[in-house]
Amino acid sequence: MARVVLVTGVSRYLGGRLARLLGQHPDVERVIGVDVIPPPSDIGAAEFVRADIRNPVIAKVIKAAAVDTVVHMNVIATPVHAGGRSAMKEINVIGTMQLLAACQRAASVERLVVKSSATVYGVSSKDPAMFTEDMEAVRLPRSGFAKDSVEVESYVRGFARRRPDVAVSMLRFANIMGPGIDTPMTRYFSLPVVPTVMGFDGRLQLTHEDDALAAMDAATWGDAPGTYNVGGAGVLMLSQAIAMSGRLNFPLPTPFASAARDLVRRLGYIDFTSEQIEHLKYGRGIDASRIRDRLGFAAQYSTMETFESFLQSHPMGRVLPWEPRHDRDTAGSEPVGSVTEIGGARE
Amino acid sequence: MSDAQVIPLNPEREPGDGKERASGFPGEQAVAGALRFMRRRLEGSYDVDDFGFDRELTHDVLVPAMRPLYEKWFRVEVHGIENVPAEGGALIVANHSGTVALDSLMTQVALADHHPAHRELRMLGADLVFATPFLGTLARRAGHTLACNPDAERLLESGELVGVWPEGFKGTGKLYTERYRLQRFGRGGFVSAALRTGRPIIPTSIVGAEEIYPILADAKLVARMLGVPYFPLTPTFTWLGPLGMIPLPSKWHIEFGEPIATDVFTEGAADDPMLMFNLTDQVRETIQHTLYKLLMARRSVFF
Repeated sequence: MARVVLVTGVSRYLGGRLARLLGQHPDVERVIGVDVIPPPSDIGAAEFVRADIRNPVIAKVIKAAAVDTVVHMNVIATPVHAGGRSAMKEINVIGTMQLLAACQRAASVERLVVKSSATVYGVSSKDPAMFTEDMEAVRLPRSGFAKDSVEVESYVRGFARRRPDVAVSMLRFANIMGPGIDTPMTRYFSLPVVPTVMGFDGRLQLTHEDDALAAMDAATWGDAPGTYNVGGAGVLMLSQAIAMSGRLNFPLPTPFASAARDLVRRLGYIDFTSEQIEHLKYGRGIDASRIRDRLGFAAQYSTMETFESFLQSHPMGRVLPWEPRHDRDTAGSEPVGSVTEIGGARE
Repeated sequence: MSDAQVIPLNPEREPGDGKERASGFPGEQAVAGALRFMRRRLEGSYDVDDFGFDRELTHDVLVPAMRPLYEKWFRVEVHGIENVPAEGGALIVANHSGTVALDSLMTQVALADHHPAHRELRMLGADLVFATPFLGTLARRAGHTLACNPDAERLLESGELVGVWPEGFKGTGKLYTERYRLQRFGRGGFVSAALRTGRPIIPTSIVGAEEIYPILADAKLVARMLGVPYFPLTPTFTWLGPLGMIPLPSKWHIEFGEPIATDVFTEGAADDPMLMFNLTDQVRETIQHTLYKLLMARRSVFF
């Protein structure tokens, strides 16, 4: 059966790559990518339609093309890209509401796949080590991207109740990192001196961007709708990740950590919410075995490999004087002369 | 600083001690080994498991750092180690005492050093531990995780040896006059974890820990102000300042009792509250009787 797929958020890195990937599938008839600005990179066989999902016009696009599969990639984590936090919230929450309202009216829609995030599990010192899909947040997120994700999920659940004939999947990703993507996390690890919270060391779990795309692809074509955790195997301690990157770990007492957060935020470099500070303190692990059992998807990159792939493609230079020995099977050494590339952080 | 936050001081001071001792050793190999270790640490090239357990750090630094305390100070005697299986999951349930949770650390050393299979003990700790700076991260590295059923079941299912002290702060914070009297066993969540995973429960009795910091009184007002469960006043603490933190050198006995099988019950047994209460009581009674037996047999608190 040939399918007509609508992908939202194609002008962003992951959305664009996913549209290209979905366009290569043999079962696909058309891939329609929508966003408010034209995609900066090639989206392959996918057609671009300029439409704002916050606007009812999206319903016309779905109807005109008789879309049967909607892939919602437009839940964004980086307010810098969206043009501020309020714009980001509007894109995430109002955008999802409009998109779902349009889907509800469209009889042709049979399948909905939503990119969500493991941030819906919140962060607290009372969290279990690994969240499974059935668990609820011990402490619900109260701000930023995490709160948006919780709201988006609740709208999606509402939609699933009203349209039981539609197969709905939600993928909760552990922090996505890799060579190409730009997130608050990648920017954080690109700082020459990495501020951390004194006395705390979170467990970080990462998803490689290629795995994120493969998981969205598997959920789009697979026969087992549902909510799934997606993340690389294993965890890294925050201090360990900073040590691997050769950056300087700068622990700040809790009150100063909030002040430092405000500073980088005002400078417009990284938008860090209090939610993310908690994440650095305690971290989070998610159990990704359900998607393996039901959809046969397993992440190719472990958390460690994901972080190594991020480091290799970001010639950030090492602040610490020694070079890492690559005794792990990570080919490719640190680019020569990379030390000079961090803008005078070290002579 | 309150007593609950005193806990990290020992293990935390001692990692440094361990390294210094290794590098001060006359053998060149020891120095080289210590340098390699430091280098791996500084490069971040080591592994932690999903719970944040740092095997290398625990084996090479934390357990060796606690060993002198175990061997020389408390002179721990272990009984019934053969009751702990050489492989596969099992749940060690023990009495809790001593103001500072040294009893769990000593149990960890006992199993690492004196069990033929050198088993790693994964301990379940109170949420307050993980919210406390330094202590929380150190506890995770040493193999502790939050005392909650998902974590306990995940560990048991993956074949780990799990330790739980169900009395919690009620056990460590009780007065000296109540020594060796078991407190209420929480909600018995540990029994349901063992039942759901079908792993045996090993009732364990620890004698000696009650005497390390005898609590004469609990300064409740101070405890409330500091936000900790209790603030102990012992014969030496707080009167002698930091010296008051030195535990009294009592003689310890740790007895691992006969395993209680949990795979003999039918499916859904974990949802039967009466069975849960009975099993919890059985474990509690076993520990209490073993405590009395050990106490009768001991000649003195210190020898």
